[in-house]
Amino acid sequence: MSERTIIPFGPQHPVLPEPIHLDLVVEDEKVIEAIPSIGFIHRGLERLVEKKDYVDYVYVAERICGICSFIHGLTYCMAIEELMKVQVPDRAQYLRLIWSELSRIHSHLLWLGLTADSFGFESMFMQSWRLREYILDIIEETTGGRVIFGSAKIGGVRRDIPLAKMDEIMKKMRVYRKDVAALCEQFMKDQTVKHRMRGVGLLSREDAISLGAVGPMLRGSGVAQDIRMTGYSGYDRIGFTPITETAGDCYARCMVRVREMDASFQMIERCVEQMTDGPIEVKVTGNPNGEFFMRSEQPRGEAIYYAKANGTKFLSRLRVRTPTFANIPPLLTALAGCQLADVPVIVLTIDPCISCAER
Amino acid sequence: MSLMGFAKVVLKNLFTGPVTEKYPFVPKVYPQGARGSVNIELAKCIFCGICQKKCPTAAIVVTKEPKAWEIDRLRCISCNYCVEVCPKKCLALDTKYAPVTITRTTDKFSAQPVA
Ligand code: SF4
Ligand code: SF4
Repeated sequence: MSERTIIPFGPQHPVLPEPIHLDLVVEDEKVIEAIPSIGFIHRGLERLVEKKDYVDYVYVAERICGICSFIHGLTYCMAIEELMKVQVPDRAQYLRLIWSELSRIHSHLLWLGLTADSFGFESMFMQSWRLREYILDIIEETTGGRVIFGSAKIGGVRRDIPLAKMDEIMKKMRVYRKDVAALCEQFMKDQTVKHRMRGVGLLSREDAISLGAVGPMLRGSGVAQDIRMTGYSGYDRIGFTPITETAGDCYARCMVRVREMDASFQMIERCVEQMTDGPIEVKVTGNPNGEFFMRSEQPRGEAIYYAKANGTKFLSRLRVRTPTFANIPPLLTALAGCQLADVPVIVLTIDPCISCAER
Repeated sequence: MSLMGFAKVVLKNLFTGPVTEKYPFVPKVYPQGARGSVNIELAKCIFCGICQKKCPTAAIVVTKEPKAWEIDRLRCISCNYCVEVCPKKCLALDTKYAPVTITRTTDKFSAQPVA
């Protein structure tokens, strides 16, 4: 038996901007075990519910994550709406769906670039971030912000997208859809990509279920579970089917994301066709009372918001479980037995967002 | 990628210019409705203080006596909430961000009659 060594990976690492620390126990070049430590960037955002009233907290919830900001704000709003028994108007639900799917596309494009970059495919990084910029432009035109949308509010949305603008956007989106598809095809058909990803970082279906994997990590192992199937915020009306792959390796997880991007473009298109004019918000009065669990599907997987209110304008407890946090145990299983050089690739295929995991 | 496809991409890239904008030589155009810094039309303001009460980051301070409206630009997160709640509609978000500073100062607008 060769000697065991511990190699620290992160919290600052050239390929990974996310501050996760892994102690890799290696034997020669083979990783035997990975021991994680997190907590470098804890911000205490959950505690802030005691200081910010439930309406203002939407702004804080949006800042939990810089990528899926909109869906965080949305999930929080939906939790409070359930507590207060507010029925959100149809148009607002469709608008929320459009913005959620736009976030998914831009998040997956960001991930595609970072993953390609992790094994030195830098021109792919450049191209996918170029396309992501166009999506961000659409977001800025419709919400006024590029990263923090600021458009979700309890009882509806803050802004409407006028009809003329919607047509203009859809015209652009059809072009982007083709560009994104072409880019993804380049990536997925590349020999080097296949070589680096096929059979690497395996996670079996059983492991994925028992370790509680979520999102593309779970669906890449063949489990058809997606919170959008529950039909929140209008997903039930546009006909949603989850996307799965069965191989359970890095390549399968990439394939899930690539196919999801195309599905998102489709969903936005269907959504725009179905949308009718109408109010975009209802007036909310009073204070929330009771407790509620809200689940939503973020680009990285399922997020859970637990809100407990006591009839005052300050919630007494808010708990957020983000997808990356749930994906760390499956990641450790996928890492065991891999080659040291594959560690960045495997870590990136869970699409880690440590800042939101630590809140 | 086949050689033909490769040649097509190269040719296309040769004849289309760069994708990036040549900032600062070409000024950045913000889309209509972009959320930048808060502006106030002081003549309309009645100093009711609603914006101060609603601002999630407590960036605004309104005083009735003497009549003044003050904003800490570094605290403001350009959320548009004050603009929505103002009863006199005297606030508006500019599409441009506030200028860069290195010191923390507040912008004060006071409506004192000229003596
Ligand atoms: S809410 Fe409007 S009118 Fe009232 S103090 Fe603020 S800016 Fe002035
Ligand atoms: S835009 Fe938002 S943060 Fe800025 S002053 Fe208005 S309410 Fe406060």
